[in-house]
Amino acid sequence: MKLSGAEILIRCLKDEGVEYLFGYPGGAVLNIYDALYRQDDIKHIMVRHEQAATHAADGYARATGKPGIVLVTSGPGVTNAVTGIATAYMDSIPMVVITGQVSSAMIGSDAFQEVDAIGITRPCVKHNFLIKDLSKLAETIKKAFYIATTGRPGPVVIDVPKDITNPDIKISYYYSDAIKIRSYKPAVNGHPAQIKVAVGMLLNSSRPMIYTGGGVILGNASEELRKFVYKLGYPITSTLMGLGAFPASNNQFLGMLGMHGNYEANMAMHECDVLIAIGARFDDRITGELIYFCPYAKIIHIDIDPSSISKNVTVDIPIVGDVSVVLKEMNQALDLSVRRPQNNVLKEWWITIDGWRSQKCMSYDKQGNSIKPQAVIELLHHITVGNAYVTSDVGQHQMWTAQYYGFDKPNRWINSGGLGTMGFGLPAAMGVQLAYPDETVVCVTGEGSIQMCIQELSTCLQYGLPIKVITLNNHYLGMVRQWQEFFYGNRYSHSYMKSLPDFVKLTESYGHVGMHITDLSDLEPMMEKAFAMKNRLVFMDIVTEQTENVYPMISNGKGHNKMYMSPHCKLSKSWDDR
Amino acid sequence: MKRHIILILIENEAGALSYVSGLFSARAYNIESLTVAPTEDPSLSRMTIVTTCTDHVMEQISKQLNKLIDVVKLLALTNEPHIEREMRLIKIKFANMSQLKDIKFLTNIYSGNIIDVTSTTITIELISSGDRLDAFIESLAEYKIIEIARSGITGISCGETSLHI
Repeated sequence: MKLSGAEILIRCLKDEGVEYLFGYPGGAVLNIYDALYRQDDIKHIMVRHEQAATHAADGYARATGKPGIVLVTSGPGVTNAVTGIATAYMDSIPMVVITGQVSSAMIGSDAFQEVDAIGITRPCVKHNFLIKDLSKLAETIKKAFYIATTGRPGPVVIDVPKDITNPDIKISYYYSDAIKIRSYKPAVNGHPAQIKVAVGMLLNSSRPMIYTGGGVILGNASEELRKFVYKLGYPITSTLMGLGAFPASNNQFLGMLGMHGNYEANMAMHECDVLIAIGARFDDRITGELIYFCPYAKIIHIDIDPSSISKNVTVDIPIVGDVSVVLKEMNQALDLSVRRPQNNVLKEWWITIDGWRSQKCMSYDKQGNSIKPQAVIELLHHITVGNAYVTSDVGQHQMWTAQYYGFDKPNRWINSGGLGTMGFGLPAAMGVQLAYPDETVVCVTGEGSIQMCIQELSTCLQYGLPIKVITLNNHYLGMVRQWQEFFYGNRYSHSYMKSLPDFVKLTESYGHVGMHITDLSDLEPMMEKAFAMKNRLVFMDIVTEQTENVYPMISNGKGHNKMYMSPHCKLSKSWDDR
Repeated sequence: MKRHIILILIENEAGALSYVSGLFSARAYNIESLTVAPTEDPSLSRMTIVTTCTDHVMEQISKQLNKLIDVVKLLALTNEPHIEREMRLIKIKFANMSQLKDIKFLTNIYSGNIIDVTSTTITIELISSGDRLDAFIESLAEYKIIEIARSGITGISCGETSLHI
């Protein structure tokens, strides 16, 4: 069977089991779009901006664990996609991005819509390829999928010059089942001796702490993690990226840690004597000031990426391997061990933790008629029974969603943690909704973030995606406003949003349902009504308390035990000064 | 801070070098010299990178380089007995025959080779370790050096330790 380059490309995607291709056509990819037109296996989702194509593919990948696939044209198609590629790179999301390129002979001539896609994406991809020879196309696509989905996952770009997809040049098609790359052999199993030492250290601990990250979700290790945590009976906290890997409703879960982490989680981090980090990378938003980080703890770190180990924080016992496999090995080692956790000592540790817990750090002012953003998220949890797929943009609304939704299942909390990309939420929700058409998919956003990719309401209409958009509208770029209040003497430089659109009319003009909610008494009935509209996209523009802040907060240069607390919890706001 | 020599075998592909140089600039690692050429196996290139950094940064550099998909093998020579060499081509302008004689005399002392002479210039090739090369240049202080071409450093470990696949 002889196929053209464009046909080979589509055929490879089919052989990889690709369901959806998120893209936007243009000159350099016309041959590929023609091949797409002549087949029915792969569904192409035409977005309204290439950034949204990458975010949608990313959302699809985060929810399903399968790679997200993107097709964009050369030049501006690539540059628009870069934000989404960098977003996926920072959060280690498997993605294959096919970019059109001008014909091989024109490369370097400053041709129309030419950009050095390989150069421009190099710092934000796991790897990239320029196709120079049609005979290498299928093999390169195989490599791209293998690299994107194995080891620490990440986006891979394949730059395809237009002549490679010429419909008149056909070659025979062959797609191998497996591939070996001599320079790329990701570790899988943990080192047995290290595991043994780690288990011993854990069982010896009197103030243990488990800290998990996005790696547990990416590594599909939620089940092994739960066994591990239940077996030990130790407290556990999670990063923003790891929420849902362990159920938030379980008593062993202390909530999220870090800059906006729970008081009890951050205090337990500060006081613990043994810390085990699982699939987490000691990001600066997690650790606070490094010199104050976990001052009393011996640290065990499981990660698939050796370069994550001892990068920011020096660890005592590194274990490089697939998190799921290593946890399984650790669970076996725990079962075989004659020693057990020291329950009498642990009891004291839990009493201390419960003391911190009783401060109720997540309390907020429930008086008055204004709508509190935290209340919206708690209500969202109630209405969706905690079962929704929730995407978010970036800022205060993202933190409140992470803090108040209470994720009990993995892959349901989808947000841009590493890069912090505003505009991520709505397109990501499209990817999730396509993957799971019957599930409730919610995009929690702000009036600032939503405007960064609002054009995608059009895509949602075209493909009938009944996403529920919850805009916590406080007329401020809330997180910027909060920092300006705390650290810039209330000088609210360019953080107030004037001239907002009428979101209801805007949504309706896109053919969806819009709601403007200002009264607390309307909130629940309106949200119930919105979620009852199973087949419609409903945009809820919820006007919230303008000056609400996200608490607790570790400020710059401080450790986990120095937090600004909400004025409504038992500890005073001036904790920082004590 | 310590001087480190890193040897890598990398796929001989277009763009592989920019992955390495891009890594150093993106992560603000220092790079003193970098040499690269294909090996006897034309599918591989060998690079020698010299950097000065702390041991902690060096550990990260090794890990980040190893993480690059095209890097096949890496060997850090920091704690290995090793030999390093650099070649310099030095072009000097002389005023008279006596100067030329003196330069030739110094060149012999340092086991350099004279590779080009004109009526006004002499070009010397010297292959050695950095210290000796610097000493030679210093010894030429009273002459007018017009140009120095440095190859950058390449190195190899002593004994049976080797960089191969």
